[in-house]
Amino acid sequence: MKANYGYKDGSGEFFITIDTDKCNSCGDCAKVCPPKVIVMITNDYDEVVPAVAEEHRKKIKYDCAPCKPISGPRNLPCVAACKPTAIVHSW
Amino acid sequence: MVEFWRWKEYRWTAPDADWKNAGTISCGIDVGSVSSQAVIMTDGSLYAYSNMRTGSNSPDSARRALDWALEGTGLKQENMHFIVGTGYGRINIPFANKAITEIACHARGANFMYGPTVRTVLDMGGQDCKAIRCDEKGKVTAFLMNDKCAAGTGRGMEVFADLLQVHIEEVGDLSFKVDKEPPPVSSTCVVFAKSEASALLRKGVPKNEVLAAYCSAMAHRIFSLLERLGVEKNFGITGGISKNRGVVDRLQKELGITSLQPRYDPQVAGGVGAALFAKSLVEKQRAGLVAR
Repeated sequence: MKANYGYKDGSGEFFITIDTDKCNSCGDCAKVCPPKVIVMITNDYDEVVPAVAEEHRKKIKYDCAPCKPISGPRNLPCVAACKPTAIVHSW
Repeated sequence: MVEFWRWKEYRWTAPDADWKNAGTISCGIDVGSVSSQAVIMTDGSLYAYSNMRTGSNSPDSARRALDWALEGTGLKQENMHFIVGTGYGRINIPFANKAITEIACHARGANFMYGPTVRTVLDMGGQDCKAIRCDEKGKVTAFLMNDKCAAGTGRGMEVFADLLQVHIEEVGDLSFKVDKEPPPVSSTCVVFAKSEASALLRKGVPKNEVLAAYCSAMAHRIFSLLERLGVEKNFGITGGISKNRGVVDRLQKELGITSLQPRYDPQVAGGVGAALFAKSLVEKQRAGLVAR
C-alpha cells in the first residue's frame, strides 16, 4: 500500500509517501526522526509500518523544514535510514 | 427559516429479507464529520441502514444512528455479532468492538457497491476528500487524503447552498441550467470562494452560474488530487457529494472516464465496509484465528 500523508493547499503539495509493501517494519525511520513526525503504527491490515503522526499531518511543511535546508545537500534522516527505500517526500 | 443546506435523513430496510435465519449479523457505524450511518448486514448482504446528521457528540450520534437502523426490524443491539466503528468519531463509539480507518472501510464498501472491478475510489465526504486505489478484494493499495482544506468537501457545498438559497439536493441540476459554463471560482478555500461568489452575485451574475462556477472549481480540485494518485479503471465515487451531479459530471468530463453505477446509496459505503470488516472478524473469531 502506498500511503500518502500530507496535504495540498495554496502554498503547494506536501506529501510523505510510505510504501508499506517495501517496508520491513524495522522502525529505524521513526527512531531517527527528530520531531517524531514518523511513528510506527499497526495499520488496518495488521502490518507494523511507519505513518505520519496524526498531530503532524496538517503541518509537515513546517515540521519537516528543519531537515530540509534551502541550499546544500538534503540527507533526510528518515529517507536515509530506510534500507528498503520505502519513504519518499514530494517536496 | 428554510435551512437550504439540510439534506434529508432517512432509513432503509431490505424489502423481503429476514434476519432470523442469518448466521452472521454484522454492523458498521460510520460517524463522519457531517453525517453518520449505521449499517446492518446479514451474512454479508445489506439488511438495513440509517443515514442522519452527526450531532455535537459522537457516542450519541452513533447511538441514534444505530437505534434508527434497528427501528422496526425487531433486531436489538445484543443481536449484533460484531460492531465496527469508522469515520472521524470512530475512537469514540463506546459500544463498538473495533475501530477501523475510513480509508479501509470505504475501499471495502466501494468493492461491495460497485463490484470487484472497481480500482479507484473517490470518497467525497463532509470535511475531507480521499482518493483510494484498491485491488479486487477491496484492499487498499494506495491512498491520499486531503483534510486540511474545506474546498472540495460536502461542508463547502452546504455553505454555498445556504449562500445562494438553493436546496442542497437541487444544486447539481441547477448548475447545468446555464447558457455557458462560467470560469471556476477560487479553488483554494471555501471562505474565499464564498466571498468571490458574493462578488459575482453583486455583479448580477445569475445564481445558477455561480453554482456552476463553484461545482467546476470543486471538480477541478478533486481532479488534481486524483491525478496525483493516478486513476485506474474502473472508477467509483462514494460519500455525500457523489449524489451531486454538478460536481460528478464535471469531474467525469475532466477525467475522461465515467463512474460505475452504485447498487445502493453511495453515502453509506463507509458503513457497509465497516459491516463487512465486522463479518470477517466474527468469522475469524469462530475459526479460532484470533482471541475473543
